[in-house]
Amino acid sequence: MNFKLSQEHIMLQKMYREFAENEVKPLAEEVDEKEEFPVETVKKLAKFGWMGIPIPKAYGGAGGDNIAYAMAIEELSKVCATTGVIVSAHTSLCAAPILEFGTKEQKEKYLPPLAKGEKLGAFGLTEANAGTDASAQQTTAVLDGDEYVLDGSKIFITNAGYADIYIIMAMTDKSQGTRGITAFIVEAGTPGFTIGKKEAKMGIKGSSTCELIFENCRIPKENLLGKEGKGFGIAMKTLDGGRIGIAAQALGIAQGAIDVTVNYVKERKQFGKALSYFQNTQFQLAEMAAKTEASRLLVYKAADFKDNNLPYSNEAAMAKLFASATAMAVTTMAVQLHGGYGYTREYPVERMMRDAKITEIYEGTSEVQKMVIAANLLK
Amino acid sequence: MNITDYAGVAVFVEQRDNEIQKVSLELLGEGRRLAEKLNTKVTAILLGHAVADLANELIYYGADEVIIAEDEMLDKYVTEPYTKVFTGIITALKPEIVLIGATAIGRDLAPRVSARVYTGLTADCTTLAIDEETKNLLMTRPAFGGNIMATIICPEHRPQMSTVRPGVMLVGERDTNRSGSIVNHITDLKSSDMNVEILEVVKESKKKVKIEDANVLVSGGRGLGKKETFEDLQLLAKELGGLVSGSRAAVDAGWIDREFQVGQTGKTVRPGLYIACGISGAIQHVAGMEESEFIVAINKNATAPIFEFADLGIVGDVNKVIPALIEELKQVK
Amino acid sequence: MNIIVCIKQVPDTTEVRLDPKTGTLIREGVPSIINPDDKSGLEAALKLKDEFGAHVTVLTMGPQQAEVALREALAMGADRAILLTDRAFAGSDTWATSCTLAAAIKNLEYDLIIAGRQAIDGDTAQVGPQIAEHLKLPQVSYVEDLKYDGEAFILKRVFEDGYHIVRVGKPCLITTLKEMNEARYMSVMGIFDAYREKEIEVWNLKDITVERSHLGLEGSPTKVKKSFTKGAKTAGKVFEVDHKEAAKLIVDKLKEKYII
Repeated sequence: MNFKLSQEHIMLQKMYREFAENEVKPLAEEVDEKEEFPVETVKKLAKFGWMGIPIPKAYGGAGGDNIAYAMAIEELSKVCATTGVIVSAHTSLCAAPILEFGTKEQKEKYLPPLAKGEKLGAFGLTEANAGTDASAQQTTAVLDGDEYVLDGSKIFITNAGYADIYIIMAMTDKSQGTRGITAFIVEAGTPGFTIGKKEAKMGIKGSSTCELIFENCRIPKENLLGKEGKGFGIAMKTLDGGRIGIAAQALGIAQGAIDVTVNYVKERKQFGKALSYFQNTQFQLAEMAAKTEASRLLVYKAADFKDNNLPYSNEAAMAKLFASATAMAVTTMAVQLHGGYGYTREYPVERMMRDAKITEIYEGTSEVQKMVIAANLLK
Repeated sequence: MNITDYAGVAVFVEQRDNEIQKVSLELLGEGRRLAEKLNTKVTAILLGHAVADLANELIYYGADEVIIAEDEMLDKYVTEPYTKVFTGIITALKPEIVLIGATAIGRDLAPRVSARVYTGLTADCTTLAIDEETKNLLMTRPAFGGNIMATIICPEHRPQMSTVRPGVMLVGERDTNRSGSIVNHITDLKSSDMNVEILEVVKESKKKVKIEDANVLVSGGRGLGKKETFEDLQLLAKELGGLVSGSRAAVDAGWIDREFQVGQTGKTVRPGLYIACGISGAIQHVAGMEESEFIVAINKNATAPIFEFADLGIVGDVNKVIPALIEELKQVK
Repeated sequence: MNIIVCIKQVPDTTEVRLDPKTGTLIREGVPSIINPDDKSGLEAALKLKDEFGAHVTVLTMGPQQAEVALREALAMGADRAILLTDRAFAGSDTWATSCTLAAAIKNLEYDLIIAGRQAIDGDTAQVGPQIAEHLKLPQVSYVEDLKYDGEAFILKRVFEDGYHIVRVGKPCLITTLKEMNEARYMSVMGIFDAYREKEIEVWNLKDITVERSHLGLEGSPTKVKKSFTKGAKTAGKVFEVDHKEAAKLIVDKLKEKYII
């Protein structure tokens, strides 16, 4: 066991930080305020290889490991959680399942533009009546000649409208329950596929979250991902990987809040001395730091298991459960330490606290993570 | 090399368009001081094209001797012609000390010359002194962005070369009764020495810089009371060769553009001098400027937190202190 | 076109803090970076590579840890990296440093040598011109813009009061200003390549031809007699005086601090 980062990881971290600090952080406030998808940032990220970190070089990716990937999401989310989730959803929920379950032809067609960031990816599982109970899918796919015909709608889809390639779950056989769910690759612009209502959200406001609508949407048969009836398993495995990304996002939010707060308490004076001299401040910060570091170990461990082809579903669930709770706790404490200023938009902790909440909800709520962990314990 | 063969202080006289640069006069003043300690003479070395009529000025400012090298190829500064001629002069003259202004010309010429004659060179010195015992030149310079000072010696090589920061040494009194000798040095430049071709010469006054890069910032806050006072700050900044910045309150009041805002939601600056005028010192502002080398605060409220961060605090009305300060600065110049 | 870029690994002085009690530098935990002027020089070289297909070699002299700076240069897109390291080089001043670097460069092919104008830890601006002298090359320092016309370089050479546009043929040496460009970020794959595919060549004394007496402390004409910090920042004084006296006070203090 080795807790030291490799030279390669240290260099990556340095680059991630420089980029995040100079290119992402200055826009974070505006992205949040105007609820604007950071299109230009995504282009820049693409240019420097961020959109395909764990994708093999053969498919146009950087050929990196999942720790390198998790660190990227962490560093982005430290300064802008919106940007973090865009990269996470793209990589973990779209490129990753194509890499894992796609045919040679599908990989050759879709992975290079995704990994190079020329195209953006998204993933559609959730429906109005199928949230945590993902098996209650209403969207259907019916084979008609060489094409599947999709009908139905998805909600809360990250990157919707900006993505070019969507992984979509649909029922090919309703009678089979979860075994009737099938995964498809759907390209933006396919007739019958439209983007619906955009959500107004509490946090990660620059991230686009919309409804996807399929009305007699015909897609070629070869866009079936995996096999008919295997969609639920693909979705669950995909979400296992996605949880590492979201846990890393939560970790980044927490660390970002600590960084801002440490600066603040050294500057801010009350009763004639800096806040940092008060034991309450010190104890709060210590707790924030310890929780965040524990999250980091869980996130990196899950990523390391994935890199070593070990089962990591349980590790990813623990990482997400703990890191998201930590993000919420740490940002709340950060706002408290900032006092009245923390509640204003002059300081970023207000945004961070709003951003943190979603990490306890999407890609499996905290309750879902507990179900996964408990099932592992009790099996 | 026999060190005892070397005597005298030589000063490279930098002229641009036949105008002697102020740093060269400062070096003559400093050279005079060092020469008196060493009981030796000061030689001014002047390179250029049709510059002979400047020689007397150099004597008035402290030179005992002026060596003039005139050549068309020395009209505009190009490294090789200047290096060749200057090296030729000091090789023959054998001074123990060579002083060159630490300018964009001096810092190009000096290292090239020092490498050619194999002697030491100390860059950008701010203090020069003579070691009482060894008579070596003690060259003190800032390093590490000014955080460390180092005293450098060059004990076994001659001449002891130093580039000197402009504006630090004192110009001696101009004395038109001083006399000295003027020597013409014959240059031996070949056209092949002009190994860089000048295509275009552009004169340009100091371009507008960003406040993050400014070495002097005069910053205004709510306490100025009105937009007009910012014009005084502009005058003060001009006098100090700096820029004007402002606190968030000043920006919000529309007195100054947002790109000049210092603080949490503006820019972080660390100039050599920061003058905070009518700025109370709210934490958001201080976060953006506390790393400044030297902070002067002017505020009429004696309990303003800015005074805790200032190296020098003045409790008073900015509208009175600033004009007085501009006046005082003009007088010392 | 073969380009050699001389870089130096320096502590990030913007991260250096003074101990408020002792006034000494806190260097612990201060990250090392590629010197900013050098990094711009590297960017200029990489731009020439993008446009004309140059081969870019980065060269540094320093301790083993300087390898990190070279890896960073590789990750940005440099083709070859050489670390010049030997105990014999320790204690070099700018004369000896430039002599050593020039000796290494003599083993390489080059059309253009780029060095940063000055390093942020030493601020001397001497090594570049001194390398040029040791190699008998034309030099242009304080370069803020670089173009290549197919035969020669067209450079913007900056002065305090303006600039020259100059033309200089190959081979030559230039020193670059950080204002010249924004250095590119390393790319993710660039970093993986720098560690997995590329090698750092380590050259010692035996790999270069140079007079032993010109090296290290012995070969350095200048010596550091002493170094000291300016001391702790003491709490400033606050004066409540009339405006004329206040103006005098400020001016006196600024003079004392050499600010005016």
